[in-house]
Amino acid sequence: MKILVAVKRVIDYNVKVRVKADQSDVDLANVKMALNPFCEIAIEEAVRLKEKGTAEEVVVVSIGPKACQEQIRTALALGADRGIHVEADAMPDSLAVAKLLKAVVAEEKPDMVILGKQSIDSDNNQTGQMLGALTGMPQGTFASEVKVEDGKVDVTREVDGGLQTLRLTLPAIVTTDLRLNEPRYASLPNIMKAKRKPLEVKSPADLGVEVSSNIKLLKAEPPAERSAGVRVADVAELVDKLKNEAKVL
Amino acid sequence: MSILVIAEHDNQSLNQATLKAVAAAQQIGGDVDMLVAGLNAQGVADNAAQVEGIKRVRLADNAAYEHQLAENVSELVAKVGADYSHILAPATTTGKNMMPRVAALLDVGQISDIVAVESADTFKRPIYAGNAIATVQSSDSIKVITVRGTAFDAANASGGSASVEAIADVFNSDKVEFVGEQLAESERPDLASAPVVISGGRGMQNGENFKLLESLADKLGAAVGASRAAVDAGFVPNDMQVGQTGKIVAPQLYIAVGISGAIQHLAGMKDSKVIVAINKDEEAPIFQVADYGLVADLFEALPELEKALS
Repeated sequence: MKILVAVKRVIDYNVKVRVKADQSDVDLANVKMALNPFCEIAIEEAVRLKEKGTAEEVVVVSIGPKACQEQIRTALALGADRGIHVEADAMPDSLAVAKLLKAVVAEEKPDMVILGKQSIDSDNNQTGQMLGALTGMPQGTFASEVKVEDGKVDVTREVDGGLQTLRLTLPAIVTTDLRLNEPRYASLPNIMKAKRKPLEVKSPADLGVEVSSNIKLLKAEPPAERSAGVRVADVAELVDKLKNEAKVL
Repeated sequence: MSILVIAEHDNQSLNQATLKAVAAAQQIGGDVDMLVAGLNAQGVADNAAQVEGIKRVRLADNAAYEHQLAENVSELVAKVGADYSHILAPATTTGKNMMPRVAALLDVGQISDIVAVESADTFKRPIYAGNAIATVQSSDSIKVITVRGTAFDAANASGGSASVEAIADVFNSDKVEFVGEQLAESERPDLASAPVVISGGRGMQNGENFKLLESLADKLGAAVGASRAAVDAGFVPNDMQVGQTGKIVAPQLYIAVGISGAIQHLAGMKDSKVIVAINKDEEAPIFQVADYGLVADLFEALPELEKALS
């Protein structure tokens, strides 16, 4: 089977973002960028399915400015076979991304699409589900285990109360949660090899999609800061403060 | 304006998170209806009818909706919701799973995890793990929204007298089948709504040591949580994770034990009323947000604390 993995270039998870002085947005100038952590897990899962012989081909797609080809190359170094870059200027919203991915799905006809459950920049948690609705595919979101058998995939999902298992008929959508796997590091030879793997560039127009959004960012502000409180000397003082000062015990 | 709130429930009773979404709906203003999709869920509909401010409860009772499968419920919500100006659901794993499908079926965007209502079309939501608060405005004809429970006070569960009407529409996808679930059995309160939460991090060293937190939690009527580091290390299951990618909590008292305070953990608990940090590393960033910090070895401090509370 063929697996399509959609990945996003985001701020590195170790970087603490700041809002711009004019509060128009967050400041991403000269900030370290990386592959979204949940997308790394998505690639890893696809590559493992290929290594097991379940999948024959892993195609990775990313939507965004030219720079996101770096993240596609990273995915190729991790074991994906070829890349598709849909070049878009700004950061399209989830619905636009889902429409672009739907067009890629129509061309590639994958048996499974794996995405991260959310990106750590916009924290939306939408794209996989939207793609599911647009393509009519069933979805296994927040996956912690994926088992493919006889044209079906059993997805164990992380839900509020514990775990839930669904059986989906392929083609299907899977979005990854943290415990699905532990992504590997790319080895130097694989990084070199990735440079020669095919990477196709398309525009939204090539895919017949007009990128627009009805949701506008008016302002970005820093959150209300908590200030550090006091240090207590021992447990007795802590209990006293909680009882008599904070009155929460 | 008319607003449809999607009820979160277990086919028996209405989940608290729904009342938070109702509160957000009331801030938007206009008539508020509630949709209950489930199986043998008349009891939930009766609960819903008593929620203060609900005008009408719409009950879709069918086996197709028993497990809240997104493929089925989203079709129902998109159909029923098409007549409303806003569709709201709690930002629980059920709401997060289903609502983006609704938005896509209606060809509108979704506004996830709102923490404030500015006006009928403008909302605040955290981005970048809560390191920025975005104000966003939607010009979509129908606003599809998930509501972060910790940011709103629950609507009154009683005092209302809404009518309950049945909806006959059945959407039943043959592409998805419910296989089973393993739900954590716990006598302790639910993490998302507990008044006190005690969380452990990598400093707990192993899963066995979480028993120290559990016995303290039982003394305080608290829920037990964990940092992503503790989940990643395999100490405890992911449903205990507090943070950007786990649960968002804002209890009256949050006690962080052996947690360093990574950005993504703080994103899940920094709106707690009182924060206590116990950590042996006095440089740990958790102390920068803690109201009370105790630099100590947790294996000494926890038994002492439990004794002090006995």
